[in-house]
Amino acid sequence: MSIPEGRKIRAVIVDDEDLARQVLREFISAHPEIEIVAECANGFEAVKAASELKPDLVFLDIQMPKLDGFEVLELIGPGPAVIFVTAYDTFAIRAFEVHAVDYLLKPIGAARFEAALERAKERLSGKLPSAPLPAMDLAAAARPPQQYLDRIPVREGASVSIIPVAKLDYAEAQDDYVALACQGKKHLKQQTISSLEAALDPSRFLRIHRSYIVNLERVARIEPYGKDSFVAVLNTGAQLPVSRAGHQRLRAFLDR
Amino acid sequence: MHPILIQLRRLVYYLLGWIPLAGMLAYLLAEPGGLTWVEALSVAFPLCLLYAFVCLAAWYPCLATPLERSSVPRFLITHVAGAAVASALWLFAARTLGRTLAGFPRFAGLDVRLYQDLPLLFGTGVLLYLLAVGFHYVLLAVEASRQAEARLMQASLLARDAELRALKAQVNPHFLFNSLNSISALTASDPAKAREMCVLLGDFLRRTLGLGEKPAIPLEEEMSLIHAFLAVEKIRYGDRLHMEETIDREALSAEVPPLLLQPLVENAVVHGIANLVGGGWIRLSAGRHDGLLDLTIENQFDPEAPPRRRSGVGLANVRQRLEARYGNRASFSASATGDRFRVAVTLPTETLPVQDSARLEVKEKDS
Repeated sequence: MSIPEGRKIRAVIVDDEDLARQVLREFISAHPEIEIVAECANGFEAVKAASELKPDLVFLDIQMPKLDGFEVLELIGPGPAVIFVTAYDTFAIRAFEVHAVDYLLKPIGAARFEAALERAKERLSGKLPSAPLPAMDLAAAARPPQQYLDRIPVREGASVSIIPVAKLDYAEAQDDYVALACQGKKHLKQQTISSLEAALDPSRFLRIHRSYIVNLERVARIEPYGKDSFVAVLNTGAQLPVSRAGHQRLRAFLDR
Repeated sequence: MHPILIQLRRLVYYLLGWIPLAGMLAYLLAEPGGLTWVEALSVAFPLCLLYAFVCLAAWYPCLATPLERSSVPRFLITHVAGAAVASALWLFAARTLGRTLAGFPRFAGLDVRLYQDLPLLFGTGVLLYLLAVGFHYVLLAVEASRQAEARLMQASLLARDAELRALKAQVNPHFLFNSLNSISALTASDPAKAREMCVLLGDFLRRTLGLGEKPAIPLEEEMSLIHAFLAVEKIRYGDRLHMEETIDREALSAEVPPLLLQPLVENAVVHGIANLVGGGWIRLSAGRHDGLLDLTIENQFDPEAPPRRRSGVGLANVRQRLEARYGNRASFSASATGDRFRVAVTLPTETLPVQDSARLEVKEKDS
């Protein structure tokens, strides 16, 4: 993505502390080519602002109410250039895995800020290869390492829902999306089913079919279906196809 | 020093243990030995009293030939030789005693009759000595296990000390980074407030530095540390942070380990207030009853907040410190109900060292 000549860079500042936003505002004010289009104090506001205003650049805090910075990035997708701003240096590696432009540590120095801004401009003008991840894999990259998901944030338009994995009945692959079935509703999320499978605890969730992951607690019984195949009947009443390999895995689990 | 000779009580028990042995010896001398009962008893008791002390000497060869590190030949040679020497000594004593007693009219001819019993005495002496060797090995084993236990205890005390030192007085560096960032923001918009925040931060840091060295401080001092901490956080979080305190007057003078409550309050801010868009409250209460100090910290939190790193480390730390210091005399519980998180700590109240010395002075005046 590159910005047309003469148009200002549209920036959003996301931080729950007013004073932290103030520092960024002050630094940005020295750059007339940048326009602050929104300031957000939590993750939900950030997702809303990003999907409605389509900013070019996001200054993103990591630890915030509602959604953390990585969840925000996962939901807004790889469009805008993101500069993380945080007091924690422990997230740096993950930040670059999700292709953040830069990672600023609080307290922020002016020189360091200028350098980050320069990188962002290069990225926006297309000089710096952005190699953005497809949105589907961003979720996997944003996941904390060596740790299974315990909640899945989902964006529907500008609003966000959080699905605790304990409430997830099953997930179904639909092209580039997964449909997450939870309490009778289906939530669509742009992600591959394989990356979701990798993020879920394998002792609680099982891939029973090329297109299905099931919450093992919901499985009521397995019934034969046709000659060589089976269906899993959930205690919600839903019936999911089970592949032959999936059936073996399921049996192995249930026999344990 | 021989372990039995260290305490008079042990020596008495040891000698009492020899009475049945002396009885047995008297029986041997009287029945198969052909002495009269009076003669047998008069010979057996003094001989056994003497031999009891001779057998104590077995301690030294036992010490020099530890069971687990000595070869069998060496073990046998040492103790058989020991037994022979001890028994020979005993025979010599028996002959001397027999001759001495024979001088009395009542024991006339005892030396001759006793002379026939010398092989019997020698055999008994060897057996008794070997019995003493066995006894000393048991003694050594008991001693060794007691020492091992003491060493273990000492090691665990040292480890606990080291752990306590490590646990004490850690200011979360991220608190510092975030505060410095706030100050940086204020330098442009409100220099006076920036200066105020510098002073507050300095005040808090100075207090924590001084406290790390002390074993305990009055709750009042811990509270003023918490106030210094909250004064800084208040500038960062503004209206989002509400603190309510209910603290009994008598609780203020109770002694607490330094920096015990501050991490709990910091936890309440970081995991509670920081995740609430509209902010929330923290309630701290302290009461004293029956020699115990009850402390509770309650805060609002967002049960659906994104999981934070390091969560629970602060709590585990406080729990460990309490355990290391008070064992089961202190209790710690943390629980979440709905949107409230509650930590309750109960610890024994300690008397102030100052009061102790004051009491001493009074006593000295009285006397």
